[in-house]
Amino acid sequence: MNAVALVQRRRRQQARVVIACLVSGSVLLLLLGIAIGSTGLENLWAAGDDAVSLQIIRDIRAPRAIGAWLAGALLGLAGAIAQGLFRNPLADPYLLGSASGASFGVGVALVLMGSTPYATDWLARLGLTTAAFVGAVAAVLLTLLLARGVQHTLRLLLAGVVVGVVLGALGSLVMMMQPEVMLSMQSFMLGSTGFIGWAACGLMAVAWCACAAPALALSRVLDGLSLGEATATSLGLPLPRMRAALVAALALATGAAVAQTGLIAFVGLAAPHLVRSLIRGTHRMFLFAASLMGGVLLLAADTLARWLIAPQELPVGVLTAVLGGGYLLWLMNQRGEPRRGT
Amino acid sequence: MLDNKVYPDERLALARFLPLLLVSVLLSWCPSVHALEIIDDRGVRVVLAQPPQRIVSVLPSLSETVCALGQCARLVGVDRYSNFPAQVRSLPKVGGGLDPNVEAIVALRPDLVLLAASSPAAARLESLGLKVVALEPKRHADAQRVMLQLGQLLGVPDAAKLWAVIEAEVDAAVRLVPAAARSKRIYFEVNSGPYAASTESFIGETLARLGVANIVPGEMGPFPRINPEFVVRADPDLIMVGDSNFAGMQQRPGWAHMQAIAQGRVCVFPPDVSDVMVRPGPRMGEAARAMAGCLGKHLR
Repeated sequence: MNAVALVQRRRRQQARVVIACLVSGSVLLLLLGIAIGSTGLENLWAAGDDAVSLQIIRDIRAPRAIGAWLAGALLGLAGAIAQGLFRNPLADPYLLGSASGASFGVGVALVLMGSTPYATDWLARLGLTTAAFVGAVAAVLLTLLLARGVQHTLRLLLAGVVVGVVLGALGSLVMMMQPEVMLSMQSFMLGSTGFIGWAACGLMAVAWCACAAPALALSRVLDGLSLGEATATSLGLPLPRMRAALVAALALATGAAVAQTGLIAFVGLAAPHLVRSLIRGTHRMFLFAASLMGGVLLLAADTLARWLIAPQELPVGVLTAVLGGGYLLWLMNQRGEPRRGT
Repeated sequence: MLDNKVYPDERLALARFLPLLLVSVLLSWCPSVHALEIIDDRGVRVVLAQPPQRIVSVLPSLSETVCALGQCARLVGVDRYSNFPAQVRSLPKVGGGLDPNVEAIVALRPDLVLLAASSPAAARLESLGLKVVALEPKRHADAQRVMLQLGQLLGVPDAAKLWAVIEAEVDAAVRLVPAAARSKRIYFEVNSGPYAASTESFIGETLARLGVANIVPGEMGPFPRINPEFVVRADPDLIMVGDSNFAGMQQRPGWAHMQAIAQGRVCVFPPDVSDVMVRPGPRMGEAARAMAGCLGKHLR
């Protein structure tokens, strides 16, 4: 008994250290993100008396850095929820079809914008952001409909795959019928943190709060689920309702991130694994740390993306894959065999 | 500020004169104030207080149009694909039309940003207080309208004249087309998807002006992706294609037997000519001449 308590205490301490590191890493990267851009450090010194430099710092770099962190945090959280919910280490935020849904939504919006002059007015106001969000959430709803609810994990997974493939195909069809939208859609699919303003930051911050609160509150369900569905039910957890709430949080987090930044690859998959390789413990800690890790990962990638070939930029999705994948491989080799999920 | 040495009565005269002067100056500005209002291709009304002096263009055809209007010096930044005229190559590059670097654009302090209507950056740049005009010429008529609109925005009166020059160039190209080439059937491939230029595209319009037929009908959209079999069945008299897309064309199943390929009636345009072909801008006359040259060479 004593030994168990000791192990638990050590794990808690470890987790606290990791979370402290992630928080300070985020702050450091935020500062770095504000310092680095196409025009270099001189903006920082000039910001006091030069309006454009001040604007670059205050209205471009700051929201971009914070927005990249928030998008990463949303994806990290969504990935951790997905992996816990489906007890599958390969689960990622796009599992329930939201990625294909979002790109299909964007494709349809682009086509309507391009072809019907009357739709342009209100569509332009709604923008691609809304189209992506609606597409992502609608895809998840469709998945839920096809899976007839959230009760069966396997059915949900398969329905998600089917919706993803079908909507992906429809998206490609849109692209093929209207080749003019192809480049726009491709840039959406690569993901970009380049156009994030304060409004987007606000939306993502609200979404993060709205998703993190229920997810952290329901983390017990994920703890229970990790012991198997039967055990979770036997613990007296109202599984269907809680699962539905978690799926909603997953869909909202993914939709919010995708709408503002496009389809950023790998953050949602890698962040939970990176955290899992560092700490073990309850899902409450795990979800929170995975979200922080996602933020750190995307912000680091974003900072590198604008620094490496400045004043031009690399697609941030390429860097998330390289950074996240590289770090994950390195961790795996450090520890020999990768550990099983918590 | 009035000079202190001015005598009181003179000062009085000046004080009376000043409002008059102001009114007349304002009146003389008024037409230009009205002239600097534009509804762009997004349907957004953009008002500029004065003709822009620092322009960032992130669409090659718009960069070319600004320069053709003689205002190249007002460009302070362009996208990575703008490469004509030579002056724009030395300008700062602010990324591509779809992935422009917002910060690099703002840092150039432009008073006007020109971009395509499909650019995702427009809203973001506007929210940062920049004047954004989205213009996306797709047809000949669009190219003319864009040229006139830009002339109006930049305060250049000769825009209509410039368009007349382009028209004259196209007409001259029409006269270069040999009679034997009239109503011959052409296939113009823009990309090895294969994507073709139909009669509904500005390229198709130029071909129509040159008096040749296009195997790709306009109902398929301006640049449709077509089934390679469609081309084989249509068996065009002549193929026009860019250098980078020509590779492997003969190896496409069934294509080697098409009369155009079997008899070598394929015009392969080098990259710089391809650029001219695919940009609906001030070099459309040049594009027409290149097409006419191709027709004259192969369909004599």
